[in-house]
Amino acid sequence: MHSAEGELSFWRKYVFSTDHKVIGKQFLFSSLFFFIVGGLLALLIRTQLAWPWEEIPVVGPLIYGEESGNILLPERYPALVTMHGTIMIFFFIIPILSGAFGNFLIPLMIGAKDMAFPRVNMISYWVMVPAFLVMVASFFVEGGTAAAGWTSYVPLSARPDMIPGSGLGQTLWIVSLLLVGTSSTMGAINYVTTIVTLRAKGMQMFRLPLTIWALFITAILVLLATPVLTSGLLLLLLDRTIGTHFFLPDGGGQVLLWQHLFWFYSHPAVYIMILPAMGMASDIISCFARKPLFGYRPMVFSIMGIAGLGFIVWGHHMFQSGMNPVLGITFMTSTMMIALPSAIKTFNWLATLWRGQLHLTAPMLNALAFVSTFVIGGLSGIYSAATPVDIFIHDTYWIVGHIHYVLFGGSLFGVFAAIQYWFPKMFGRTMSDRWGKVHFALTFVTFNCVFFPMFILGERGMPRRLADPYNYNFLASLQPLNQFMTVSAYALALSQIILFANFFVSLYRGRAAVANPWLANTLEWTTSSPPPLENFHTAPVVHRGPYEYSSPEVSEDWLPQDRVLGGAAAD
Amino acid sequence: MTHTTATHPTPTWEGIKTVKFAMWLFLASEIMFFTGLIVAYIALRYSTPNWPVVRDILNVPLVALNTFILIISSVTMVTAYDRVEHGDHKGFPNFLLATAVLGLIFLSIQAIEWTALMGEGVLPATSIFGATFFTLTGFHGLHVTGGVIWVLWATRKAFRGGYHHDHLGVELVGLYWHFVDLVWIILFTIIYLI
Repeated sequence: MHSAEGELSFWRKYVFSTDHKVIGKQFLFSSLFFFIVGGLLALLIRTQLAWPWEEIPVVGPLIYGEESGNILLPERYPALVTMHGTIMIFFFIIPILSGAFGNFLIPLMIGAKDMAFPRVNMISYWVMVPAFLVMVASFFVEGGTAAAGWTSYVPLSARPDMIPGSGLGQTLWIVSLLLVGTSSTMGAINYVTTIVTLRAKGMQMFRLPLTIWALFITAILVLLATPVLTSGLLLLLLDRTIGTHFFLPDGGGQVLLWQHLFWFYSHPAVYIMILPAMGMASDIISCFARKPLFGYRPMVFSIMGIAGLGFIVWGHHMFQSGMNPVLGITFMTSTMMIALPSAIKTFNWLATLWRGQLHLTAPMLNALAFVSTFVIGGLSGIYSAATPVDIFIHDTYWIVGHIHYVLFGGSLFGVFAAIQYWFPKMFGRTMSDRWGKVHFALTFVTFNCVFFPMFILGERGMPRRLADPYNYNFLASLQPLNQFMTVSAYALALSQIILFANFFVSLYRGRAAVANPWLANTLEWTTSSPPPLENFHTAPVVHRGPYEYSSPEVSEDWLPQDRVLGGAAAD
Repeated sequence: MTHTTATHPTPTWEGIKTVKFAMWLFLASEIMFFTGLIVAYIALRYSTPNWPVVRDILNVPLVALNTFILIISSVTMVTAYDRVEHGDHKGFPNFLLATAVLGLIFLSIQAIEWTALMGEGVLPATSIFGATFFTLTGFHGLHVTGGVIWVLWATRKAFRGGYHHDHLGVELVGLYWHFVDLVWIILFTIIYLI
C-alpha cells in the first residue's frame, strides 16, 4: 500500500480510494446515474397511464421489444412500479444523502482528517457496486425484474411461481437489498463513531451544524433498523429457496409478519430519506438568510423526536392489512405526534427567514422549495395517519401524491439545494447560478403539475399500481387529467437535463471556486476548494456554533466557527 | 467488518477507544438482527395452534450440556482477557485456545443434534417449528463459527506475541464472544425451555 501523499496509483486514488471525499463522489455519481434510470422508469409508468397500451414511437420497440409487440405487457406494469420505487429509494435517495453527502461532509464539517475507519468506508461503497450490478442484471433474467412492489409483499414475493416477476428477478432483488443493507450498516457504524470521536478541538456536540446532527441521527436509525430488514429478507430468501413457510399461510406462516418486519425498517427509512435533507436545508437557509438558525437546540431535539417516534409508527402502513384495529389506534396516535417535532422544524425555518437578508441563489430557492413542499407532504401525512380517512384513501393515488411530496418535494429539492451549495467545495468550480434558477423554476412548476393532481385522483378513488384505470367507468373521466400529468412529467424530466448539463459543464468549465464562496461559517469553508488530501492544512479549533451570521461582534455578516476574535476569544 | 482497520485520523475524544466504540455499535446492530428473528419466532409460535411439545422433539439435556459448554467458553475468554491485562503474556494464549476448542465442541454437538433431528424428519420445510428452529439456531451457529475463526486467528497472534503492547484486540474478540454466548442463552430459553 502506498502511504506517501501524491504518489497514489490511479486505482488507489480514484477507484479503491479510502479518502472520504472520493468515496462521497463515487456515491454521488452512482446515485445520479440511478436517478436517471428511476426517472425513465417513471416516464414509462406515466406514459402508460396517459395512453394505455399504445405503442411509443421510437423508444417503444427498443424497450419492450418485438416479442411483446413493441408495447407494454399487462404483467410488466407492476414490474415498472416496483423498480421505479426500489431504485429511487435504495439506489438514489438513500445513497445520495447518506452515502454522498454523509461521506463528503461529515469529516469536513467536524474538522477531521477522514472517517474513523477509512478502509471500512471504502468497502461500504464496494459492497454497493455488486448490489447495483445484481439489480441491473435482474432486468435481463427470465420473467424480468421483481414485480411485487418496492415493499415486496408476501405471498407474491415468497414463492417463485406466483407471477412472472416472482422468479429469479425477485431473488436478485432480495440479494441486492441484502448487500445495500450491509453497506449502509457499515457506513452507519463509521459515521456515528466518526462524529462521536473525531470532532475537532472545541467542536462540542451542540456546536455541530444541523447537517451533521441530522446525518448522525440518521446513522443511528440505519444502524438499528436495517438489521431487522436483513432478518426479514433472509427469512424471505429461505421461503423461496429451501421451502420454509415463514410467510406462506398454506404452511402455517404469517403474511402480516413480513409487513411488520418490512415496515419496522421502512418506516424509519422514511426518516433516513428526509432527515439529512432537513439538516442540509437548515444550514443553507441560515446561510442565505444571513441570520442565525432560529431555535438551534429545539431543531436538534426535534430531529431526535422524529427519529424516536419513527420507531413506533410503522403500523400506520398496515391499517388496512387486517391488523388488530386497537393497534391501529395506537399507531394513529403515535403517528400524529410526529406532526409536533415536524411543526417545530417548519416554524423554526420560517422564523429563520423572518426579516433575514434573503439571498435568493439557486441553492436557497431549492431549500425554500424543500420547506414549502415538505409542508404539503407533511400535512397530507396527517390525513393518511387518521384511520377513518385512511380507509378511503389507502392504496389510492392520494398516497402516491403524499410520498412524492415528501420524497421528491422534500428530499429531492434538498438534494438539488445541496448539490449546488457544496459543488464548489467538492469540485473546486462553481455551477451557473442563472441556469440553476432556470432549472429550479421549471422543476418547481412542473413538479406541482405532476404531483398535486395525484391528490385529486386519489380523492376520486383511482387506485395505485393499476395499469389501465379507464376500464372502470368511474375512472374513465380521469384520463385527461392523467394526460396533463404525463405531459408535465415529460417537462419535469426534460428540466433535469438543465441540471445535469449545468453540473457536467461546470465540472470542466465552471469558474474556479474560492474557499468560501457563500461566506458561510461552517468548517468545510475554511479549507481550500477542493480540500487537500487530509482536509485541513492545520487542525481547526472551534470557538463557537455554526450560525453566527450578522453577529454584532464583527463588521462582516459572517463569523466562521474557527475564527479567533481579538483579545477575549469566545471560548 | 469486525477486524477494523487503520485508524489514521487521530482521535480527539478519549472517552473510549474508537475501535471499541465501533464494536459496541456493531453489536447493537447484531442485537437488532437477532431481535427480528426472535420476534418472528414468537409471532409464529403463538399463531400456530399445534406447536409440538418441545421436550418430546428436542434433546434438552444434551443441549443444556452444550449451553454449559458455551458458558464455560465465556469464562475462559474472560480469563484470557484478565491474564493479558495483568501482563501474563505466556499464559493467556492457552485460554484463548481453550475458548476456541470449547466453541468447536459446541458446534459439533449442535451438528449431532441437527443430524438426529433431520433423521427423525424434522426439517426446515416440513413445519413452522422446523423452519424457526433451524433458522434461529443456524444463524446463531454461523455467528459462533465466525467467532471461532476470529478466536483462532487471535490465538495464533497471541502465541506469536502480537498482543504484547496493545491487547485491545483481545477485548474486542471477547466482546463479540460474550455477545454470541448471551444470544444463545436467550435462544436456549425460548426454544428449549419455554
